[in-house]
Amino acid sequence: MSTWYLFRLFTRELKNQKKRIWLTVSGIAWGTLSIILLLSFGEGLKRQLGKADRGLGVNIVIMYGGQTSQVYQGLPKGRRIRFTDEDVAMLRQKIPNITRISPEYDLYGTTMTYGNKTLTERVTGVEPSFEEMRTHYPDAGGRFINKIDVEQRRRVIFLGNDLKDRLFGDQEAIGEIITVNNIPFKVTGVLKRKMQMSMYGGPDAAKGTIPASTLKAIEGRTYLSRIVYQVNQTDYAPAVKKEVFEILGQKYRFDSSDDKALRFWDTIEQREVANNMLIGIQMFLGLIGGLTLLIASVGVANIMYVSVKERTHEIGVKRAIGAKRKHIKQQFILEALLIAIVGGTIGTAIALVLITALRGIPVSEGPLELLGKPTFSLTIALATAIILGIVGLAAGFFPARRAAKVDPIESLRYE
Amino acid sequence: MIHMEEVTRIFDTGKVQVKALRGIDLEIDTGELLAIMGPSGSGKSTLMHIMGCLDTPTSGKYTLDGELIQALSDNELADIRNKKIGFVFQSFNLLPYASAYENVELPLIFAGISAKRRHQKVTELLERVGLADRMDHKPNELSGGQQQRVAIARAMVNNPRIIMADEPTGNLDSTSGEEIMNLFRELWKAGNTIVMITHDPVVSDHCPRVVHLKDGLIENGAMQLN
Repeated sequence: MSTWYLFRLFTRELKNQKKRIWLTVSGIAWGTLSIILLLSFGEGLKRQLGKADRGLGVNIVIMYGGQTSQVYQGLPKGRRIRFTDEDVAMLRQKIPNITRISPEYDLYGTTMTYGNKTLTERVTGVEPSFEEMRTHYPDAGGRFINKIDVEQRRRVIFLGNDLKDRLFGDQEAIGEIITVNNIPFKVTGVLKRKMQMSMYGGPDAAKGTIPASTLKAIEGRTYLSRIVYQVNQTDYAPAVKKEVFEILGQKYRFDSSDDKALRFWDTIEQREVANNMLIGIQMFLGLIGGLTLLIASVGVANIMYVSVKERTHEIGVKRAIGAKRKHIKQQFILEALLIAIVGGTIGTAIALVLITALRGIPVSEGPLELLGKPTFSLTIALATAIILGIVGLAAGFFPARRAAKVDPIESLRYE
Repeated sequence: MIHMEEVTRIFDTGKVQVKALRGIDLEIDTGELLAIMGPSGSGKSTLMHIMGCLDTPTSGKYTLDGELIQALSDNELADIRNKKIGFVFQSFNLLPYASAYENVELPLIFAGISAKRRHQKVTELLERVGLADRMDHKPNELSGGQQQRVAIARAMVNNPRIIMADEPTGNLDSTSGEEIMNLFRELWKAGNTIVMITHDPVVSDHCPRVVHLKDGLIENGAMQLN
């Protein structure tokens, strides 16, 4: 059977039933538009969330000292566990699966002055591993604090980008001297703007960072506020945590099963939960889009049924001059598929235009930062094409079967 | 060519059984021009449907070109209608949105003929019925007589063994009807076998053999009159 011939006649027929066929096509276009937009928003949300999540750091665990909850080796419960520098060195040495580790000291309410401008913000004291681990990447021209800074307890400060803006405005900050609690510090770098969704103590953009050793010396601190470490593989995280309990338990003499002795913020576990949730959201969005398309396909099936009814006589004539059942079927399935393809193409084109336009709108604040970047992907394109194909075939199949069952004699009488 | 023995066709409408054909014996030879006449309800159409392989007899034996029709599947019947039988209808039955050319092309499409060969055949046939200059016209741009010519070209395009025409002049004025009858006679003289269903004596006057049908039985004409 010549598909081209059928196609030609069908396009001719389109002119006769313009309005009805275009309504059906726009139904499919609308369904396609919905499914692509929903999936693209889901994908965009997922990617933006992933990016925002990486703002804190990837595969990192934030650990605080807790209170023992079990008596152990003759010691009472309720003892407070506090970390020191040595703990960091010990964990780094004993657990090879910890790729990066750093102490962190908090210094809240620090006065910072540049020129005649004074701000009160948080300063933390950390080690150079923070740069990679906690994504403290410097903007062009600057650097994060380094090993020598730590060794020599240099008075250098790495500024969060918001902090820099508030203190310096548009002026260059790198190389300038600011005072931190009345002690002069040299600015080595400014944080490169990043999205950060999870945080403790405040956003990285709003704080200053100095070498841990410097902070310890100036403030005379013994105890850390927390330890941050990064594992080399997500899967190792639980085992690493267990080792941490054993090593610190031995040192501070608490049972390694005493889970109140150390407190954790495990971003790895958290990400898994978030990921599952996002997959759930995407499936849900896809389902809504799919249902919209399904309704559109009911429209196509409906118009095809009407078409079969209207062309009963024509089917009879074709059967009389030698059309087999499959010829009749082919015609209706082809028509339904064409409607699906044309509608799908139009819907996809509109969706792409909308997505491109939306992505072009600059948003850096609020929920739109997460939602404003719909992303069209090959997976979405394939999923949509497959669904459209199924919809087209299904919408054509049942009417086609009805058409093929038409009795030629009856239909010749039918005018 | 056509051989019918005791052919009956009974329509079972649930409570009532309608005996449309009650035992037809008919023999049609290659090259005949034959008219089947009879009042409405006499079974003319049913007979033509069976002859044209659109329907099968309830009982009896029908062979076309040596093939026993009852034994064939739906697809095989479609093939026979496509290649051995050419239908011409009272109301022309052309596809309204297709050109004269495309209408004539349709049976060739069903037969799976190549595009090149189709072009050759369609052009040849449309020339033969005198519509070489109307190939791209839609049915509604043609007169009734011209539409019937297209329909005849369509019926002839696969070189059928037999042409079956159901009241071919019924929807035409007398001049056009006369022209169509002349065309049929031409085709007949060229060696085609033609069966016509009609109740118009003007039509049957053109036919060397007339079969009269009444109440599902052949009244006379079962014998060839020469």
